[in-house]
Amino acid sequence: MDRINLDTKARDRAARIGAAREALGTRLTGKQVETDAIVDLLHAVLKPGDRVCLEGNNQKQADFLAKALVRLDPARIHDLHMVQSVLALPEHLDVFERGIASQLDFSFSGPQGARLAKLLSGGRVRIGAIHTYLELFSRYFVDLTPKVSLIAAHAADAQGNLYTGPNTEDTPAIVEATAFSGGLVIAQVNERVPDGTPLPRVDVPADWVDFVVQAPTPNFIEPLFTRDPAQISEIQVLMAMMAIKGIYAEYGVQRLNHGIGFDTAAIELLLPTYGESLGLKGRICRHWALNPHPALIPAIEAGWVESIHSFGSELGMEDYIRARSDVFFTGPDGSLRSNRAFSQAAGHYACDLFIGSTLQMDLLGNSSTATLGRIAGFGGAPNMGADARGRRHASPAWLKAGEEARSHRSGAAATPRGRKLVVQMVETFREHMQPAFVERLDAWELQRQAGMDLPPIMIYGDDVTHVLTEEGIANLLLCRNDEEREQAIRGVAGYTAVGLGRDRRAVEQLRERGVIRRPEDLDIDPRDATRNLLAARGMRDLVRASGGLYRPPKRFRNW
Amino acid sequence: MTAIPPGLETLDFRFAGTRAVPAFAPVLVGVVGSGNLEVMLEPGDGGDCAVHVQTSARGFAPVWQAVLDDFHHRHDLAGVRVSINDMGATPAVVSLRLDQAVRELQP
Repeated sequence: MDRINLDTKARDRAARIGAAREALGTRLTGKQVETDAIVDLLHAVLKPGDRVCLEGNNQKQADFLAKALVRLDPARIHDLHMVQSVLALPEHLDVFERGIASQLDFSFSGPQGARLAKLLSGGRVRIGAIHTYLELFSRYFVDLTPKVSLIAAHAADAQGNLYTGPNTEDTPAIVEATAFSGGLVIAQVNERVPDGTPLPRVDVPADWVDFVVQAPTPNFIEPLFTRDPAQISEIQVLMAMMAIKGIYAEYGVQRLNHGIGFDTAAIELLLPTYGESLGLKGRICRHWALNPHPALIPAIEAGWVESIHSFGSELGMEDYIRARSDVFFTGPDGSLRSNRAFSQAAGHYACDLFIGSTLQMDLLGNSSTATLGRIAGFGGAPNMGADARGRRHASPAWLKAGEEARSHRSGAAATPRGRKLVVQMVETFREHMQPAFVERLDAWELQRQAGMDLPPIMIYGDDVTHVLTEEGIANLLLCRNDEEREQAIRGVAGYTAVGLGRDRRAVEQLRERGVIRRPEDLDIDPRDATRNLLAARGMRDLVRASGGLYRPPKRFRNW
Repeated sequence: MTAIPPGLETLDFRFAGTRAVPAFAPVLVGVVGSGNLEVMLEPGDGGDCAVHVQTSARGFAPVWQAVLDDFHHRHDLAGVRVSINDMGATPAVVSLRLDQAVRELQP
């Protein structure tokens, strides 16, 4: 390419499609590629150094295309630059091990975090940056635009229109960035509908798609957001009571996002019982940016929830969602249309509260899920758990939090504005007596080990507004300086070394000012925190609450 | 004295209490299971509150001391013998079980 500012991308794209036609011959009909021709297709359309987006997110996986990519000849295709939200499958790292790819930009690597750390130290992968979802999607439209995207959909018609099913997730963002920048889109589908049969709905129009291949097995989907209520502890019930009474009711939180985990599942299951007894129905928790959490079924059935927009879907919830189209975003066909990019934007700009758990928190309130020897990444939490500096619309919860934040400030920091509620909900000890509160985050050591520019902090301390533990709630908005903030955190850190190191007098003064509130200050007797308060105490109760519409995956069925 | 299974740690604490509990039937709350514990309250001799702990999690004596100090501060019991069989419960669960047991104290 001698010039890159005219139409070289369009000509390059046409040439690659031509190369595919030549290589595949009769194994390519229109856009339809025969299943066993996939490796030949990839050899024909890819070039060394290409930027490739392999659709892998925290639920849906383009697993067939991932396997095909691993089978490429590294002598022909090498040094690919992978840009993808999640490293979930072994194949996502096999491509680096085999020398097919060498550069990586991503968001989250959960299950592959330990192996990624090893590949990094062995020099098999260069990491550009670790992003949040929105950040990575944004860069797809700026400086990380994919040349070739390998995506997953549920079904395709003869023209190449795609139906994603409920797990639309990242697909629209990926396709938009690729198809409108001279790139190529290759889709794996679970099924092809016969000519003349309409798809349930069109999620991606055919002219944004270049090749369609039917995968031999349906694409893998992880039921990531299912939490069995049977595993919720009394301490989690107690913390959920404190969240509802001490934060949700206090600020009148109507619009929110819940992180993943048992702590927040407990809150969801307490709304129709404990929340109802406090007269909070209609006053809190009406609008959600949330995956279809099965734990929210009892609250939905009790009429608490007006709307839920979802990042992805959840296995087993399909029929329930279909039957509750008032609440969920569904297409004319009745099935869910999720969209990670829009839901992340909704969580960032239109929600007043984020609540989630963490593994470690330091004395500044910085929190991290990074552990030594693993490169886990961020996912969506930093966007959910950060004040939206660009927000301009008001709500009572946002205004009240903003008022508290600036009550002790002056100058520019005292300019009237609201504040997002960012709540970190942690038991002071995790399993095996690992303290959640630490003097120094493991993130600093991980930064050193992996040579990162910054320690991988999930939620920055200056974005956290409340720390909730079984010992109490620390309202960091009301802390006037770093010393108070430190004592407020120590004051709810229980019997951890950080908690035992508190200045008892300072903590009592903070309690008198309402900066720290104990369960008894909220008129909550911990002994009332029993599992009987949960609207469902097991998976079977959730199924029953859904009228039999929720069908949990087998591994969650123990009856 | 009963034999202590290997791996268990035994700890004893004694607090001078002022709130004498009238005669009561023994109280048992909780279960011995992973991450949980069993707490038994029985009438004790003298005015103290004696606490006997058997725990599968070794090396947490200072944490037990702090948890039981706070328990004593809350209830100030006298004439009570507390027996704890712990299977690695967190301090939060220990405190909760102790408070639950005290609530069950019936003359």
